[in-house]
Amino acid sequence: MIRTPLRPLARILSARAKGENPDAIERENLRLRHEAMRDKARTRAELRLLLLGLAFFMAYGVIGARMGLLAASEPMEPRAAASGAQILSQRADIADRNGRILATNMLTHSLYAHPRDMVDPARVARELAAIFPDMDAAALERRFTDGRSFMWIRKVLSPEQMQKVHEIGDPGLLFGPREMRVYPNGDLAAHVLGGASFGAEGVHSAEVIGTAGIEKALDARLRDPAQAGEPLMLSIDMTIQAAVEEILGAGMQMMNAKGAAAILMDSRTGEILSLASLPDFDPNDRPNPLVKGDPGDSPLFNRAVQGVYELGSTFKIFATAQAMELGLVNADTMVDANAPMQWGKHRIKEFQNKNYGPLLSVTDVIVKSSNVGTARLALQIGGLRQQAFLKSLGFFDPTPLELVEAPGAKPLLPPKWPEIVTITTSYGHGMSASPMHLAAAYATIANGGIAVKPTLLKRDTPAEGVRVLSEPVARASVDMLRQVVTRGTASMAEVEGYAVAGKTGTADKPKRTGGYYKDKVINTFAAMFPADDPRYVLIVTLDEPVNTMGTEPRRTAGWTAVPVAAEIIRRSAPLLGLRPVIELGPPDGITAVRN
Amino acid sequence: MTEMVYGSAPVRVTEPVLPKWWRTIDKWSMTAVLVLFGIGLLLGLAASVPLAERNGLDPFFYVQRQAIFGGLGIATMIGVSMMPPGMVRRIAVLGFMGALLSLALLPFIGTDFGKGAVRWFSFGFASVQPSEFLKPCFIILTAWLMAAAQDLNGPPGRMISFGLAVTIVLLLAIQPDFGQAALVLFGWGVVYFVAGAPMTLILVILGLVGVASVFAYNTSEHFARRIDGFLSPEVDPRTQLGYATNAIQEGGFFGVGVGEGQVKWSLPDAHTDFIIAVAAEEYGLVLVLCIIALYATIVVRSLLRLMRERDPFIRLAGAGLACIFGVQAMINMGVAVRLLPAKGMTLPFVSYGGSSVIAAGITVGALLAMTRSRPQGEIGDIFARRGR
Repeated sequence: MIRTPLRPLARILSARAKGENPDAIERENLRLRHEAMRDKARTRAELRLLLLGLAFFMAYGVIGARMGLLAASEPMEPRAAASGAQILSQRADIADRNGRILATNMLTHSLYAHPRDMVDPARVARELAAIFPDMDAAALERRFTDGRSFMWIRKVLSPEQMQKVHEIGDPGLLFGPREMRVYPNGDLAAHVLGGASFGAEGVHSAEVIGTAGIEKALDARLRDPAQAGEPLMLSIDMTIQAAVEEILGAGMQMMNAKGAAAILMDSRTGEILSLASLPDFDPNDRPNPLVKGDPGDSPLFNRAVQGVYELGSTFKIFATAQAMELGLVNADTMVDANAPMQWGKHRIKEFQNKNYGPLLSVTDVIVKSSNVGTARLALQIGGLRQQAFLKSLGFFDPTPLELVEAPGAKPLLPPKWPEIVTITTSYGHGMSASPMHLAAAYATIANGGIAVKPTLLKRDTPAEGVRVLSEPVARASVDMLRQVVTRGTASMAEVEGYAVAGKTGTADKPKRTGGYYKDKVINTFAAMFPADDPRYVLIVTLDEPVNTMGTEPRRTAGWTAVPVAAEIIRRSAPLLGLRPVIELGPPDGITAVRN
Repeated sequence: MTEMVYGSAPVRVTEPVLPKWWRTIDKWSMTAVLVLFGIGLLLGLAASVPLAERNGLDPFFYVQRQAIFGGLGIATMIGVSMMPPGMVRRIAVLGFMGALLSLALLPFIGTDFGKGAVRWFSFGFASVQPSEFLKPCFIILTAWLMAAAQDLNGPPGRMISFGLAVTIVLLLAIQPDFGQAALVLFGWGVVYFVAGAPMTLILVILGLVGVASVFAYNTSEHFARRIDGFLSPEVDPRTQLGYATNAIQEGGFFGVGVGEGQVKWSLPDAHTDFIIAVAAEEYGLVLVLCIIALYATIVVRSLLRLMRERDPFIRLAGAGLACIFGVQAMINMGVAVRLLPAKGMTLPFVSYGGSSVIAAGITVGALLAMTRSRPQGEIGDIFARRGR
C-alpha cells in the first residue's frame, strides 16, 4: 500500500514560497481525509446497523412465533423426560421341557414420592405406614420434610397396595410402571432358576437382571431382544421336579438330615430332568446370603452343584470298570480282599472292620463294597491311568452346567498323587466332587460308555461325546450295580416293576479343622434305571442323615439315601413314561371239561 | 454588528434544555420503556406475592419497592437522556473506573447471598451488582476508543478496549458469572462489528467459537448435560423450564386470568428470570407479544435511527447499548420458550430487581441520549456535493 503523506508537498512548498503557514494546509488536508474516511465508514456502518436491526427483528419474531406455538399447544400431562437410553425391560420367559412356565414377567408398579408436591406429609407418612407395616411413620415424615425432591418408597406394589396408596390421594405420591420377574411355582426348582432383581432403575422402567442360577448364567440370552418372544426351554420336567422335591423333603425329614440333594438325569443326552437341593427358598423373595457361618448351610447353597463332597463307595465302580476296560480283570476274576490291608503306615479297613476276604470276585467287590478289593484293583491300574480315567469322566473340572454357580464348584483334588491316594480315591475318599459330577460319570456307565456333559437346556438329540468305556464293560458294570440292589448294600432300592441298579456311598464328613467326624456322614446313592437298558441316572445325597427307625441309629447310605431314592424312582418312573415290568404269576391251568 | 462594535454581553442563542429534549428524543422508544416498566409493576403484583409470603412480608412489599426503585430508574433514564453525548461519555468513563474497581473488590468485600457466586455488594436496605453498571459504561468507553482509533494518528483503541474486555471477563469469570461475561463480550463485539471489523476476522471468530463449543461439549460433562437437556425434545416437568413451558401452554392466547396463575407458586425465580412465564400464564400470548414488540421497537428503532448518525462515537455507543439491552431481553425470553439453553438473565425493566432497574435506566438513558435527533450536516452535503 502506498502511504499518502499527510502534508501535500506541492501545496506546502508553494505556501512556503508565499510565506503562509503550512500547518493550516496540513490540518485542512487531514480534515478532508477524515471526512472521506468517515463517509466510507458510515456507509459500511449503515449496512451493518441494518443487519443488526434485521437480526434482532428476526430473533424477536422467532421468539414470538415460538411463544405462539407453545400457547396454541395443549398443556400435556406432566410426564418426565425419558432421559438417556430407554431401559430395555423385556426378559424372556423360562419354561420347562413341556413349555410350562417356570419364570415370567408381570406388570406392576413402583411407588415414589415428590415430597415437595405433598399436601400433607404427616398424613401421607401415617397412612403409608398403615399400608406397609414395615415402614415407620415418624421416619417417613422426617424424610418427606427434609427438603429432598424425590425419593423411592417401594420398588414393587401389589394391586391392593396400589389401590390403597391411590386412596391416600396425595399428589406427591407417584407410580412408575415396573416389569417384575415372577416365579409362579414358588420354590419349585429354586436353585435352577436362581432369581432376578432390578438393575438400572428409572421412574419409567427398570432393568431386570439375573442374580443367581440360570437367570444369571444366561442373562444375556434372556435379555436378548432378538429372542424376547421365545421362552428359554429347560430340560427340567416340572412334574418330576415337584415329585422329587416332595419326596426328598420328606426323606430328609425322616432321615433327620440337615440337607439333601437329588439329580435326575437322562444319561443319553445329559439333560437334567430334575435338580433339587434342600433346604431351598422362594426365588420371588430371595433371602439374603448368610453373613456368618458356613455358606454351605444357607438355603441359597445348591448342594447338587456347589457342594463338593467325598462321595465314598460310589466311586468303586469306576475302579472296577477301568480294570475291566484295561483287560486286567473280568467280572468273575477273584481278587485279594483280605482285610485289613497294610499299605505303608496306612491300614485299609472295611466297614465295621469286617473281612470279606481272602478272595472276592470283582462283582462281589462291588456288591459287598470292599475297600480292600477296590484298592487292589486300583493299584493294578496305577495312579496315572486312574487320573486319566477320572478326568475323562469329568471329575477334574467344574461341570459345564448352565448355572452361574457351576464354574465355582471345582472338585477338590489331592495336590499329589502317591499310591495311597490312588488307593483312597478308588473308594471315594481324598478327593471331593459334586453330586453333579457323579451324575455325569454314572450316566457314562448307564449309556454304554459315552461321556456326557450335563445340561439344563432342552436337547432334542443325544449329545455326541467321547467313548470312555466299551459297551460290554459298561454293560457288565451295570450288571454289577444291579446286583448291589438285588443282593448287596442297596437292597431297599428294589422298586416293584422297575429294575434299579446303583451303588451306595457313605463318607465321613471332614472336619474343618482336619480329620473326620465319627458320627457325621454324607450318604449318597447313585442309581440308574431301568437296569436292563439304563436310561435315567438318579443321585440322592443326604447330609448328616441318621435313620433312627431301627433299634440303633444307622448312618449308612443303604438305610438312608437308598429308601429315599427308591421312593423317587417309584414316583418318577411312571411319569417318565417307563412301563413297569409286571411279573405274571403262573398261568392259570387249563382244565379240559367235557360235559 | 452592533454587539461587535459596542461590545455588549455575548448571549449564546441556544434552545432551552427541556423543549429541545422533548423535540429530539425518540418518543416511541421512551414510551415503550415506560410501558414496559408499567407491565413490570403489573406482573410484579402477581409474581412477587409468593416471594413476599415466603419471606413473611406484606404481599405487595416487593411491588412497592420496585415502584420506588423503578421511579429512580426512570428518573435516571430521563436525566441521562438529557445529557449531550460528550457529557454521557465523560460520566461513563468515570463510572467505568468506579465500577471496574468495585468489581475487582468483590471477592474481598462482596456477598453471595447463599447463591454460590459473589456478585453483590450488600448495603443492608439494598444490594448492588457492579457488573450491571459496568456494562453500559464499558460499552460507551469502548465506543469512544473505537471511534478514536478510526482517526489518523489515533490511539490504538481496539487493542485497549479488547484488553479491558478480557480483564472484565476474567473478573466476572472468577465470581463466576458467565452470563454477564458473555454479554460484555457480545457488547464489545457489536461495537467492533459496527466500527468495521474485517469480515474474515468475524468468520474466523465464528469458526473458533464453533470449535470451542464442540470441544467443551466433548470434555465438560456439565456443559454437555445442559446442552443435551436443551436439545432433548421432552422437557422434565420438574425443572424451572418445565414449569415455564407448562405455564405458557396453560395461558393460551388470553391467559387464565389475573391472579389465577399457578406457576408463580412453583418457580423460585418467577419474579425475575421467569417473569415472562407468569405473564404468559395470567395474561396469555397477547401480553407476551406486546412485551416482545416493545423490546423490538426499542432496539430496532434505535438501530435505524443510528443509521443516520454521522458521529462515529455516537453511532458505536448507541449500537452497543441497544444491542446489549435487546439481547438481554432476548436471552431471557428465549430461555423461557426453550430456544436457548438455560441461563439466568433478567428481563430489563420488567423483572424485579433494585439495582438492575437503575442500571437498565442508565443503559436506556444513554441510548436515548445517543439516538436523539441532531443536525447531521446534510445541508453541507448539498453544498459540497459530496456523496453520502
